[in-house]
Amino acid sequence: MSAALRKYTMPIALVLVLLFFSWRTNGAIILPQNINNLLSQNAYVFVLAVGMLLCILTGGNIDLAVGSVVCFAGAIGATILDKNVNFWVAVLVMLIIGTLVGVWQGFWIAYVNVPPFIATLAGMYAFRGLSNVVLQGLAVSIDNKDFLNLFGGGADCYVPDILHGANLNMLCMAVGVIGVVIYVISFIVSRANIKKRGYETKPLLGELIKLVIISAVALWVTYKLASYKGIPTSLIWILLVVFIFGYITSKTRIGRYLYAVGGNKKAAQLSGVNVKNVYFFAYVCMGLMSGLAGILTIARATQSQPTFGTGYEMDAIGACFIGGASAYGGIGTVPGAIVGALLMGVINQGMSIMGMNANWQKVVKGAVLLVAIIFDVVSKKEKK
Amino acid sequence: MAKVLLEMKNITKTFPGVKALDNVNLQVEEGEIHALVGENGAGKSTLMNVLSGIYPYGTYEGDIIYNGEICQFNKIKDSEEKGIVIIHQELALIPYLTIGENMFLGNERGKSAASIDWNETYGEADKYLKMVGLEESSRTLVKELGTGKQQLVEIAKALAKHAKLLILDEPTSSLNEQDSKALLDLIIRFKSEGMTSIIISHKLNEVSYVADKITVIRDGSTIETLDKATTEISEDRIIKGMVGREITDRFPKRHDVKIGDINLEVDNWTVYHPLYPERKVVDDVSLKVRKGEVVGIYGLMGAGRTELAMSIFGKSYGTGISGTLKLNGQVTELKTIKEAIKHKIAYVTEDRKGNGLVLTNPIKINTTLANLEEVSSKGIIDQDKEYQVAVEYKDKLRTKTPSVEQNVGNLSGGNQQKVLLAKWMFANPDILILDEPTRGIDVGAKYEIYCIINDLVAEGKSVIMISSELPEVLGMSDRIYVMNGGKFVGELEAEGATQETIMSYIVKTGRGE
Repeated sequence: MSAALRKYTMPIALVLVLLFFSWRTNGAIILPQNINNLLSQNAYVFVLAVGMLLCILTGGNIDLAVGSVVCFAGAIGATILDKNVNFWVAVLVMLIIGTLVGVWQGFWIAYVNVPPFIATLAGMYAFRGLSNVVLQGLAVSIDNKDFLNLFGGGADCYVPDILHGANLNMLCMAVGVIGVVIYVISFIVSRANIKKRGYETKPLLGELIKLVIISAVALWVTYKLASYKGIPTSLIWILLVVFIFGYITSKTRIGRYLYAVGGNKKAAQLSGVNVKNVYFFAYVCMGLMSGLAGILTIARATQSQPTFGTGYEMDAIGACFIGGASAYGGIGTVPGAIVGALLMGVINQGMSIMGMNANWQKVVKGAVLLVAIIFDVVSKKEKK
Repeated sequence: MAKVLLEMKNITKTFPGVKALDNVNLQVEEGEIHALVGENGAGKSTLMNVLSGIYPYGTYEGDIIYNGEICQFNKIKDSEEKGIVIIHQELALIPYLTIGENMFLGNERGKSAASIDWNETYGEADKYLKMVGLEESSRTLVKELGTGKQQLVEIAKALAKHAKLLILDEPTSSLNEQDSKALLDLIIRFKSEGMTSIIISHKLNEVSYVADKITVIRDGSTIETLDKATTEISEDRIIKGMVGREITDRFPKRHDVKIGDINLEVDNWTVYHPLYPERKVVDDVSLKVRKGEVVGIYGLMGAGRTELAMSIFGKSYGTGISGTLKLNGQVTELKTIKEAIKHKIAYVTEDRKGNGLVLTNPIKINTTLANLEEVSSKGIIDQDKEYQVAVEYKDKLRTKTPSVEQNVGNLSGGNQQKVLLAKWMFANPDILILDEPTRGIDVGAKYEIYCIINDLVAEGKSVIMISSELPEVLGMSDRIYVMNGGKFVGELEAEGATQETIMSYIVKTGRGE
């Protein structure tokens, strides 16, 4: 039981924090609109946390340039959108810029052995400066409706309800229910498969509880979103990123190598793993995610400013560590990072609704991060 | 009868779920060298941690009586004040500080913490260095010293704490034979000057050489104490106590293994140091291995054995590598580790924790790491297949673990070694280079590793076994190369060879740096 508690500390903490704030805010935090905001406001954190997780997995390496790259990609994107070209051009350019930055930093880190902290610190300054150059210190507003709708900005950034529900967004409900059904079926199938081949199975009760809780939470969020305006478009991008990288980290060779290199670099090397390529892969992915986060950020704000993205890297790093990633690498999961990001998001939003002073909010965030890490360290020590 | 300096009475220490020590008794007389032997996990280190206060008073049951009084140590400082000083297996020196700084770390000389008296520090340090016979200035950086000298610094550091009872945990595990001998003689000299020592060791030849009394611990209990004065102590006698039965044959016999054609041939192989490219590490070495053959490479630490093996294994060590490598008669160049694995060569490292295993990952993941291609298609891992493979090898090698989902870091040394072997066996090599395959694992597990080696050659594979344990090289090999100073200084058939003939090759060539 205590092992299960330890494994699911952060999800449990998330629930407790949510309960605490719904008590303090008289339920305001779980209003449909706020659940919706929680997801769309923090879209960039989810995306960046997933990218950051890859870097952290390779050995506790972080990317400090993320916030600046978000701003830089956004600045260029906004400038292109301002020229009234097809918005896909801007989207593509932003993704490519993010990726190129990843290639640039990854090259120095992986092949020239520049410490990641330094390489990305340099990037943090340089790309912040370049953003200013591109925007000439000014804000550029975005009025391309298609772009905004697709990436979670403006008033209509929701998937249209083609099923025409009356009070509930039926498309949202349908998607949520179908998703949960698929999840349950795949659980049963894989369980049956394991049984059939006589592998060791995890205790059924625990697995069932997990299944029920995840399904219930998914349905609950679906219902909340459906009662508001339906599926925010930014959620689609979040889910896309989470599924793709969840799959990569758990089921593919390159994903396995991320863990192996972070867990024991020399052992991975002597097993024929090209360690440099693994570092490079992590930073290129991080770059791509920065580009995507840039898109989501300027869409959400319907403009681009030279100060955007400040501190985003810390949100992403914090989410990973709160979500159970090891500061030494080799340990951590995509769902964990998402839970970490959610926990931070809930705390932010809860404090805002309560009208707490913004300075004190930072203090609380810092304290939460520290407590999470202390808990992690102490629980590992006890295990020994 | 001499005075009893230390008595540990009915010590019992429980960890959550395990009784690590169960009513252990230990009696050490003043001025003797007392050895503590037992298999890995028997509880030797736990007992010493109780004694030195790492596990504070109250976390264990039983009494420690030292110098006639019952002691209640709460931290290491408490036991050190009484003169009980422990030197741990892993050297705990800081490379970029000087010998003197290291010796008085946490124990600085001077009027206060804010004013260290460096003259006194280095003066005192030099005095203690002289006592241990280390001819180095105490202002030398520790990183400049070899492991043998570092071990001497550790001892000097202990003396500086006015040690009366010196506890050495595996003091020779990282030393070569010459340095080991010197260290053991130093301990004997201390004895004649009145020092009492407790030595923990796996190396039974050293134990029977140095110890006056030997206490055997098995599964957390004291089995017996052998006294050199009253009983004849042989290695077999000690092993009997350790494993609870007599191992009549420490090396399993190989039956009817046919030795076939030459599988691997290396000619005029020369390797230079990666950081100091003018230093030759391997010097014009030629070797060949046949199918079904176990070839031993014996040499002292620093002879260039690991470097030779790793340079063959896809040039994973060294620069300016020259020479030819033939696989089944074909000249082949292996530029990367990947190519070496593809050409069916495996190198099983001597440092399983540092270079071999990902301790934070389960057995399953470690088993397939060197050959993930086999259990995946288009970059996607078939986790069912991976699980089956892991279970298959777990059963085959009889790895003791509740499940292959267990993290490797939780296993004992012997079982970790089996996982490491499983990983390389799964890579399906024809030639396995095993570097110190039984280092730091207990007698029972060693025997099992030997059996695995026999199974491998029975399948027609070739095994190159690097070892610094002479009995092992003699007991397991078909043919033996002796390496010294980067060169092969001798080649002999194992049959009829003795420890003396092998050592004579090394003595003849002198000890190369």
